[in-house]
Amino acid sequence: MIQVEGLTKYYGEHAAIRDLAFTISQGEVIGFLGLNGAGKSTTLKVLGCVLLPTSGRVVIDGHDVVSNAHEVRQRIGYLPDVPPLYEEMTVGEYLTYVAQLRGVTSRDTASRVGEAEEKTGLRDVHGELISTLSHGYRQRVGVAQALVHKPALLILDEPTSGLDPRQIVEMRDVIRGLKGAHTVLVSSHILPEISQTCDRLLIIHKGMLVAQGTEEELAAQMGGRGTIELELRGDRARAVEVLQRFGAVEVDRASDGLVALTVRASPDQRPQVAQAVVGAGLDLLRLDQGAGQLESIFLRLTHGQEVRA
Amino acid sequence: MKALLIARRELSAYLRTLSGYVIIAVILALNGLFFNAYALGGASKRSAEVLSQFFYYSSGFTVVASVFISMRLLAEERQTGTLPLLYSSPLRDRDIVLGKFLAGLAFLALYVLCTLYMPLLVLVNGKVSFGHVAAGYLGLLLLGSASLAVGTFGSALARNQLLAAITSAVMLVALILCWLLARITEQPLADVFSAMSLWNQHFPPFQAGLIHVRDVVYYLVVTYVALFASTRVLEARRWR
Repeated sequence: MIQVEGLTKYYGEHAAIRDLAFTISQGEVIGFLGLNGAGKSTTLKVLGCVLLPTSGRVVIDGHDVVSNAHEVRQRIGYLPDVPPLYEEMTVGEYLTYVAQLRGVTSRDTASRVGEAEEKTGLRDVHGELISTLSHGYRQRVGVAQALVHKPALLILDEPTSGLDPRQIVEMRDVIRGLKGAHTVLVSSHILPEISQTCDRLLIIHKGMLVAQGTEEELAAQMGGRGTIELELRGDRARAVEVLQRFGAVEVDRASDGLVALTVRASPDQRPQVAQAVVGAGLDLLRLDQGAGQLESIFLRLTHGQEVRA
Repeated sequence: MKALLIARRELSAYLRTLSGYVIIAVILALNGLFFNAYALGGASKRSAEVLSQFFYYSSGFTVVASVFISMRLLAEERQTGTLPLLYSSPLRDRDIVLGKFLAGLAFLALYVLCTLYMPLLVLVNGKVSFGHVAAGYLGLLLLGSASLAVGTFGSALARNQLLAAITSAVMLVALILCWLLARITEQPLADVFSAMSLWNQHFPPFQAGLIHVRDVVYYLVVTYVALFASTRVLEARRWR
């Protein structure tokens, strides 16, 4: 469905993305994960035919985004980071306009708009002006416009940004509901949203692809058996020395004699870790099992200097 | 035709928001004041002369109206972040530009139509030829179309509406002032500048009720070139 090779985009002197390469097959739901400014939006803009790449090749459904953009555009639905909404239109009018813009025949338009509203839970606000909608509804209208013409590929740039927790859950359901009918590429810097919705993850950092695969594959790649997080008072070097026999140690923070560390070891080993720390004469302040596996992988890939055994 | 679809949406946006009406109302009021004070005022004159003066003042206000009507066309899409919607849809850039321009032209035509009461007033108290009025209005529409196209170009270049209005106004003033350059340059340059001027050589015939092919062609060429340039600006934007 999507083949990306050597994709690079410069803004002036600054490379927003460098040499990205990945493939996505038909029907997959892909999470595109990275911190703010990692290059997610730039990549999605190129895939959405809004921006042309500096170099590299992007082929969507057999068509190149540079030389054959018109064909590509007929197959995609794109939600930019800011939903492209016309304030003075009602939801129904707006979706009708977008559907026709994307080539839905006037005979099918009404039913397509109805379906899109159904999928995104917009039925109740069909006749309301977009300018009067809350942020959550505006995001949904953004998703609805991307899928109203039933594109093969849906590109959603941070569909959950700025939503409250309940709206995030609802949006996640919406995205999950799209599975099967479309290939979906959804970006985020929020982990749980991605890990629970997507088949596979692409992790991008500073414009480069640092990892890809399913959650399990990523965990295996990173040699992860889970993590244990500690906070203790005492000498940093001593702490690392003591903990190294359980697994690789990362120092997350160290200041004023307080050290926060993450040990790559199974959370089952927590009692032994506690004993070791106390036995070494360090004050144990906190001991916890690490945040979700994915979270720790993500954090490890994107920051945190590593202290290897 | 996707351009018509875009034009329809844009026009309905003009009609639904207050700004469009405010622009028309203010400029119409000023136009009327000038008509009353200068075209009708002063010593008694012949109807054709009054009508000619009406077109003289209206031409200026039409250019001003074009600047204000065109400023939102593309700059607003950029400002509110709706441009990606158009970019990611199966449209040609020329459809986008043409649609926007046509909507602006339709709205400008609405303004021009509203000025019709002034020639009618002349008709009540005097004698005017229908041909003169028709030629004058054709001139206004052509001048408006050229100014609007330049305004569309300005709107494509600018980041926001205010900048768009300023950019377009500067370009239009430069085009109008070409005739001043013509006065200080030598031949053959003088002829070129004179022919390039947006108003000086090309509008007065319409004002007097005359339609010359070269004037019609001039305004159409300016319209085409400015719209073509706007299309190129949209294309270039994808590289950044």
